[in-house]
Order: sequence, then structure tokens, then C-alpha cells
Amino acid sequence: MHMLEVKNIHKSYCKVEILKGVSFTMEKGETKVIIGPSGTGKSTLLRCINQLSPPDKGEVWLDGEEVTNPKTNINKIREKIGFVFQDFNLFNHLSALRNVSIGLEKVKGIEKEEARKRAVEELHRVGLDAKAQQYPAQLSGGQKQRVGIARALAMDPDIILFDEPTSALDPELIGDVLDVMKSLAGKVAMLVVTHEMGFARNVAHEIIFMEGGVIVEQGSPKEMFTNAKLARTREFLGRIGALYGDE
Amino acid sequence: MTTNFGQFFLDSIPNLLTGLGNTLILTFISITVGFIIGIVLALGKVYGNKIINGFCVAYIELIRGTPLLVQLFIIYYGLPSIGIIFTPIQAALLGLSINSSAYQAEYLRGSIQAIQSGQMMAARSIGLNKLKSIQHIILPQALRISIPSWSNEFVYLLQYSSIVYIIQVEELTAEGIFIAASNFRYIEILTMIAIIYLSLTVVSTEIIDRIAKRFSIPGIGAAKRVSLRDI
Repeated sequence: MHMLEVKNIHKSYCKVEILKGVSFTMEKGETKVIIGPSGTGKSTLLRCINQLSPPDKGEVWLDGEEVTNPKTNINKIREKIGFVFQDFNLFNHLSALRNVSIGLEKVKGIEKEEARKRAVEELHRVGLDAKAQQYPAQLSGGQKQRVGIARALAMDPDIILFDEPTSALDPELIGDVLDVMKSLAGKVAMLVVTHEMGFARNVAHEIIFMEGGVIVEQGSPKEMFTNAKLARTREFLGRIGALYGDE
Repeated sequence: MTTNFGQFFLDSIPNLLTGLGNTLILTFISITVGFIIGIVLALGKVYGNKIINGFCVAYIELIRGTPLLVQLFIIYYGLPSIGIIFTPIQAALLGLSINSSAYQAEYLRGSIQAIQSGQMMAARSIGLNKLKSIQHIILPQALRISIPSWSNEFVYLLQYSSIVYIIQVEELTAEGIFIAASNFRYIEILTMIAIIYLSLTVVSTEIIDRIAKRFSIPGIGAAKRVSLRDI
């Protein structure tokens, strides 16, 4: 049994089919990177997985439980699927600490003091324990995103979905966020939509190239970077590599 | 008629205080009841299904689309014809609360919709259900945003409550007019009443501004007061 199984996902918005049958699997602790041109449905795919936008067709299974089944308690499942947003979406009225602890308190029902203690540990993990009392508006983009990661980590998920986690950041802030993500590799499964080719090459177990709502090609970073089967994949990797570069 | 202003002022105080008491009761109860109904209406309008949304929209449009005076007349003079009779103060409380609820609902609805959709998505993504997301993430932010317009509503209500003297409620304006009618010193008494309303308004907006500052989000600051009714 795979940890995560995505089967034949279809999704349309306003009669435009964004995802046209996407299937793949993930194992415990695995890191996969999804690349592809914008408008290809990468973000939509992530949102289909945790049902933020439920797919029209297809199934998602996590740990043998069908996420897409309407009878499944989706809130329970979402505890196991962390989500990190491109534009952070930190809770503006809460301190960094409360952003991380609120899920522990209100979802997991952990007592306030214990939740705070654990939130401090998670903030320490992303190097931000000193900023615990700061509010989102007082943090830099990179710090916000690290709080976002800590918020996801605090729920102790099996997998974290990253939706272009560094795309909204100034170039000099990207490194800190990528470092945190690298430190998580192997400890929690990560499915990352990104253009950061250095991260894809060095951290991912597999790269999935999507275009036009389908998976065009997938393989290990080595295969994909040196020996991609399709000309389209080589062309895209070449262009994105020139833009975002390696490490 | 011949007493000097100082004596006249002192003689008027007891009656004016009674009126002031009623004005404050009308304002505080109506704003509170209107607030509670307003929250329910706003949530119903934003998050409700078609039926709930339709009901909330109809209620808000009906109340905002008809004059407060007409509403008060319907409650006080109209309803007795079908056997529902209220005392003046009951009719006034009912009318002002219902009227205010529709306006407060719209202020709050605007504030809820001003919050980025990502806040709800993030709340749901950590496993909060919809109700808890609204309770812990959306409402605390929406209420902060709506404090300035809420401050306006308070001031309007304080002053509009004077209209209920027409249905025999003995609030501040009514008391003043009674006094003036007995001695024809309209200018003195109405000036005194105006000063009392003005003082109440200045003090209450200052208090509400402090509340806004107290609850302001660090790094963002308190929302500033603007008049939505003037837009």
C-alpha cells in the first residue's frame, strides 16, 4: 500500500478542464517535486489532494483511507496533510506562536500551555523561536513562510503539500525557506510545486513534469536532468534552469 | 417665564436626566440586540445556503429600504390593529433594534468579505471545520475591521433615537420639548439638549477609538473611522 495514492484526478473550472486525469503515488518520507508551466494545474492538483477544491472525478487515498469519499471526515484527514501556501496565508490577527498553536488547541484539543510549548518547539525547528511574539505584519516574507511551515508541521502531518513556497519571496530570502525544507527531507513526505531547480535536483526523489493538465514525464532528478525522454521536458528544464539556475 | 437661566437650568435637570436615561437605555439595548441579530444575518448572507441567504438579503433590503419612522409607526400604530400592542418604549426598542441590525449586518458582511479567501483556506487546511474557522479566524478579523463603521452606527443610533419621541417615548428630546412647551424657552432647552448629545457623541467615539486601538493588530494598526452611510 502506498502512503498517498492519487488516481485519475479530473478538475474543471468554469467548463475549462484544468486536470485531465492525473495519477501518481508517494511513499512515507518521500520528496517529490512538481514542475511545469503556469496554468498547468499544479496548484489545483495540490488543492484536490487535501480537498480544498474537491476533484470532479478520480480518487485520493491516504494511508488506506479514501480522502475523496464524501463520508470521510475531511477535517480529520487534513490534520495529516499539511499545506504551505505561496502567499503564506498566516492568520493576520494572531502572533507567530498562536498561528502555530491554534491548530493544536482547536483541532487536536491540546491544552493551551502544552500547545504553546509545542508551538515554540516548531518555531525553533524553523529558526524563528525569537520571533514567537511577532505578528505576521511584522515579519519578512521568508519568516512568514517559515511560520507557515511550522504551522503545518505542528499538526504532525504525514505529508506536506507546498504550493510554490518561494515564489512570492525576494531572492535573498528564498535560501532560508529552502534550507528549512531540506532539513525536513526524509522526516515527512513533501510534495512541492516549485521552480527551484536546485532544490529539485538535490532534494527530490522524483520530479514530475506536468503540462496541459496531465503528467508528461516523471523520473529521478538524474534521469530528468540528464536523460529526459521527451524533447518537451528537456526544453522546459533547459529554459527553467536558465531562469532559476541550479544552487 | 421670568426665572433666570441658571434657575431654569437647575429646574430642568431632573426631567432631562430621566430623558437621558431613556435615551441611553434605547441606544445601548438597540445597538446590542442589533449587533447580535446583525452577526447572524451577516454570516447567513455570506455563508448560508440559498434559502438562508435569500432570507437574510430580503430582511436587510426591506429594513434598509424603508424609513425608520415608517417602521416605528407600523410597530406602534399598525400592529395594534391585528392585536399586537406594545408600550412606547417596547415599540421603540423593537424598531431601533431591527433597524440597526440590518445596517450592522451590512457593515459586518463587508468586513467578512474584505478578508482574503486565503485565511479561510489556511484555516481549513489545518483541519479546522467551517464553524471553528469562522469563530477563530474570520470573525476576530472581521469584527476588528468593522469597529469604525460600528462606531458610526452607535453615534447614528444615539441621535436617531430622538425620533422615537414621535411615538410618545420620553427620551431626552421629548423631555426637552415638554419643558419648552410649558414655558416657550425653546432656544435654551434645545441648546442644552444639543450639547448633551454632542458630549455623548464625543465621549463615546473616543471610547470606541480606544477599543479599536486596544484590539489593533500589531504591524497593521487600528482601522480608521469612515462613514459607510455617507458613501
